[in-house]
Amino acid sequence: MAASYFDVDGTLIRTNLVHPTLYYVLNQNTPLHSLAKLGGALVKAPWLAWAETRDRRIFNELLFTSYGGMSEDRLVGLAVETFERVIKPNIYPGARDLVQTSLDKGHDVVLVSGALDFLMRLLAEHLGATDVIANRLEIKDRFATGKLLRPVVAGPEKSRLIREHARSRGHDLDECFAYSDSYSDVPMLSIVGHPAAVNPDRKLSLLANAYHWPIIHVD
Amino acid sequence: MSHPCVVTIDSRSAPRVLFSGDRLVEVDLPTGSRVVYPKPPLKALKDVDAAIRYAINHPYNSEPLYAKLRPGMKVTIAMDDISLPLPPMRRPDVRERVLTIVLDLLADYGVDDVEIIIATSVHRRMKDWEIRHVVGDKIFNAYWPKKLYNHDAENLANMKYLGTTEEGEEVELNRRAVESDLIIYVNLNLVPMDGGHKSVAVGLCGYRSLRAHHNPRVMRQCYSYMDPKSSALNTSVVRMGRLANKKLNVFTIETTINNRMFDTPLEFLAKNEDDLTRTERNALHALRFTLDKVPQPARQAIFQRVPSPYGVTGVFAGETEAVHEHTLRRSFEQYCVPVVGQSDILITGIPYISPYNVNSFLNPLLVQVMANGYLFNLYRNAPMVKKGGTMIIMHPCTDLFDNEHHAPYIEFVHRVLPETRDAMELHKIWEPKFAKNPAYIEMYRYGHAYHPTHPFFMWYWGEAGRQHLGRMIVVGADNEYIPQLLGWETARTMDEALRMAKQTAPPNPEIMTLHCPPIFMAEMQVEKQRAPIAALPEG
Repeated sequence: MAASYFDVDGTLIRTNLVHPTLYYVLNQNTPLHSLAKLGGALVKAPWLAWAETRDRRIFNELLFTSYGGMSEDRLVGLAVETFERVIKPNIYPGARDLVQTSLDKGHDVVLVSGALDFLMRLLAEHLGATDVIANRLEIKDRFATGKLLRPVVAGPEKSRLIREHARSRGHDLDECFAYSDSYSDVPMLSIVGHPAAVNPDRKLSLLANAYHWPIIHVD
Repeated sequence: MSHPCVVTIDSRSAPRVLFSGDRLVEVDLPTGSRVVYPKPPLKALKDVDAAIRYAINHPYNSEPLYAKLRPGMKVTIAMDDISLPLPPMRRPDVRERVLTIVLDLLADYGVDDVEIIIATSVHRRMKDWEIRHVVGDKIFNAYWPKKLYNHDAENLANMKYLGTTEEGEEVELNRRAVESDLIIYVNLNLVPMDGGHKSVAVGLCGYRSLRAHHNPRVMRQCYSYMDPKSSALNTSVVRMGRLANKKLNVFTIETTINNRMFDTPLEFLAKNEDDLTRTERNALHALRFTLDKVPQPARQAIFQRVPSPYGVTGVFAGETEAVHEHTLRRSFEQYCVPVVGQSDILITGIPYISPYNVNSFLNPLLVQVMANGYLFNLYRNAPMVKKGGTMIIMHPCTDLFDNEHHAPYIEFVHRVLPETRDAMELHKIWEPKFAKNPAYIEMYRYGHAYHPTHPFFMWYWGEAGRQHLGRMIVVGADNEYIPQLLGWETARTMDEALRMAKQTAPPNPEIMTLHCPPIFMAEMQVEKQRAPIAALPEG
């Protein structure tokens, strides 16, 4: 049996990590709290822009500091609303088919994303995916600290997590598939026997053409 | 006395001009060798629309089409895809003419639940502009994309199982077609292996049905794909088609065309080189010079951008088998050239086009299917080359693939063929893996790629030729790797190839060259009548 590993942002959905984070920031207990959070986020914006071009892991860690101080109840309580309002309307038209085809062929379907696990689980349930590899917030005394638990799901770390997942489930990586839209996910695409580019960015498109990887458009 | 289309080379003969992909190459053939040319194009029908109306009103073994219609019924029109004809036909395509008349008739009888399905089977989905070319603007604008669309063999919810033949072949077809009160199939018959039961039973089926006959075991029992009675593939398809026709209401419309592949500026390409006028010779030199000088995409454009001025030679309608008999007769009338005596060495150029690369590049696997599959099989009665003989082909065999159309081919050629060329092993071990490849299936369903199993079928298509031939030599390959992968030898020139072939041929080998395209078939008579030895003068 094989597994199909799907990157999420840009591959299956139009949004990126910032959109759901922003939704949380703008939906605090009171408008004042929201305003304070938004201010904090805006201060971090230049650093985020810099990190985006340098290191996905730093970007993730910096972005998720915005969750610091939110209660666990609020995080979970807002998850369904965030999914329904932010993620679900932005699922690409062909994403469900792409996932379903893998399920039809008897694959385990695993979503691999830098987004937060409780949101990704809702997406997995919606698409019929069997498993999730996603970032987890550190919770202390039922409040988020704003830090991510190790390992941070980003870049090359994704490939290590996929390898671990495949080993634990008894999948042969040569028989596995991986799908991503981004050049930053080349490590994840390179460790499986069947990589595929989905709505690829320019650099990934060039690489996929050079290596004759399948190029799929679900947008 | 041989047929005028079979020319024997003598010391005064001009060099022959053969295709080598999208280039033309002059070849000096040995004296005494034979070159087989296509027959001149049959006369086209003067009034095609009248012929279509006559055919659907006077069908074979069926009531007329109008008598089958009633208001409110559900009708599906299925039609051949872009793999026919080659190159594409100049507008209006005969399918547009048939559709126009049929759709008008349906409207007259109050039939408004009509959908048109391009019967692609596991071929790539046609693009909108390609469909527009075939069906015309009016029909395209009225029906695309909701009521005019490509068949999707991987949309399993839209496939319906009809039953299993006595030989265990599973018949599963497009659900919309199966659930219709009437299926009208609009066929364009380019070669004798097309049409008949193949239209519905293959065109609207999926992998589950295809694997019953698209496999090495069946292919090895085909003794000419182009002669249906000698083809196990056809026998299997007929069984499945009969099962389908028992359960479905099918009205078949088949059309035949002549072999006018080349329009006026290129018509000389079908002629005997000895008969070319000075103007034509100059045009040929100019064309060869141009093709040698321009880059590959431009060469492709020179040939592919010019639709062919095919003439329609027949329209037949009614019950599938009764119709197809007439189609085959007209098809053989155009293509069959009587040839006496098999050859030891068969030479052919491989042109730039096959049924599977319309608007894309002829990749190495398709070169193989053209050589071992189609061109080898252009015969009736007996192969053109003796068992264990040599086939010499001309093609650059460039290691180039269209990423969009032929995505699964790339992995097949570069990952699978280095492991094995054995068709049975490919069928048992590798084909099931490809059949389940979700990425390729996605490209087939929503992109424009051939189905992941298609490269395997292409390899099996070459099986009959591979089993029969002793050697394959390719002239003019631009690399060593691809021919080696395909199990072929290479030669730089035709002279070198002939020297190599003669090493394993009997003394004074019979050499035959196919001057193709346009298409023809050799109606083989194996025994060569030897002239009686003249009696010695007395005294």
